[in-house]
Amino acid sequence: MIPFDFDYYRPDSMEKAYECYQSLSQMNKRPMYYGGGTEIISMARVKSIEFDAVIDLKAIPQCNTLEINNGYFVMGAAQTLTNIAEFNAFPLLSKTVKRIADHTIQDKLTIGGNLAGTIKYREASLPLMISNCKLQVMTVKGITEIPFNKLFDGRLQLESGDFLIAILIDQNQLNCPYSHVKKTRNEKIDYPLISMAAMKDGSTLKAAITGYGEKPCLIPEKILNHKSYSIDQKIKKIITQLHSECKSDLSGSLEYREFVLQNILQELLEHFRPTDFILK
Amino acid sequence: MQISGYSVIHLNVNGQEVSVMIKPSYTLLYVLREKLSLTGAKSGCNNGDCGACTVLIDDMPVKSCLMLAVEAVGHKITTIEGLENAAIQEAFVRSWGFQCGYCTSGFLMVCHALTKYNPHADDTIIEEWLQSNLCRCTGYEEIENAVKSIITNHIEV
Repeated sequence: MIPFDFDYYRPDSMEKAYECYQSLSQMNKRPMYYGGGTEIISMARVKSIEFDAVIDLKAIPQCNTLEINNGYFVMGAAQTLTNIAEFNAFPLLSKTVKRIADHTIQDKLTIGGNLAGTIKYREASLPLMISNCKLQVMTVKGITEIPFNKLFDGRLQLESGDFLIAILIDQNQLNCPYSHVKKTRNEKIDYPLISMAAMKDGSTLKAAITGYGEKPCLIPEKILNHKSYSIDQKIKKIITQLHSECKSDLSGSLEYREFVLQNILQELLEHFRPTDFILK
Repeated sequence: MQISGYSVIHLNVNGQEVSVMIKPSYTLLYVLREKLSLTGAKSGCNNGDCGACTVLIDDMPVKSCLMLAVEAVGHKITTIEGLENAAIQEAFVRSWGFQCGYCTSGFLMVCHALTKYNPHADDTIIEEWLQSNLCRCTGYEEIENAVKSIITNHIEV
């Protein structure tokens, strides 16, 4: 049970949800958009967050889309990780979300919640950071489409009252050769020590990691694809460039994280040598 | 739909329509146990880690400590009380799939859904699903055996 009272709203349209947020804000209430609720409930239970109202987005049809349409894979923000993994239109994303929390939690956790929540790892963002994708956001101007990397900087940089409607991924990116690795301190189900998603888009290798620093970040693409560097040189340069981002905590020291990243990069670069197009 | 303060909601629990007075802050686990006296779903970590509170929402396992009761309106809720001699229950007995029993109802719900949803599940899928629940008595192998006995013998769930 959550130890404080709040109101619950379940609007059935984007406009009603947006208006609901605005009117509650004007009444000096603290509304919060609600998707799967796994993070909100567990944090509210210990009063890490408090609010006066939740606006549940799950009854909004556009937030529940899951289809290939007009050259895009369209995922509503209220789609659960289980549904996304089973639909399997984007295998790299499927593989990534199947390693977030456990299977039962994946039945409830939404993609929008993973991207917009406060838990910093946001593993679902990794495939989106390296694919050509855009976000549909409900704003004061109505529905706005924004490239993912313009709106996502560690977390979704939404204005107060705005909410994520859907994610659109270019269909051409869905079946690129890919790799996903998640390393944890001990247990298979845990927050990542380092989690990496990588894909080869044509001849360009792209990769993003989380768990390494305070927020998900891209592996420098120029170094990753540099034609005259050896694999060892690439790894050294990447580790040097990301050194200031690397954190040290109970899950792993800075030195250990750098060691793990070095090994992950070694495997990645050997796997994706220029002649190698095996789908992992 | 808008719920503010104490309100009566209607839930479909184990095939029956029930009316219950709740506040939006009540989790489904709390309502099942304290308002509907369905104590099969256990309160463990209350944080989504242990799985002792697992119930089925529209036939898929969900941790009821991480679901608001009000969210369950319009969905089919199945608790351990609603299984009624399901094949997995007998398989647990045959395979000694429990010891102290505290985690059993949660495990049964996950295993029931798994065998129903994935009647040909391989080891990877079984592992994926069973990792959602914890057993402090560490009876994991027997629980896995119970699931496999259903799958390999093609027992109707």
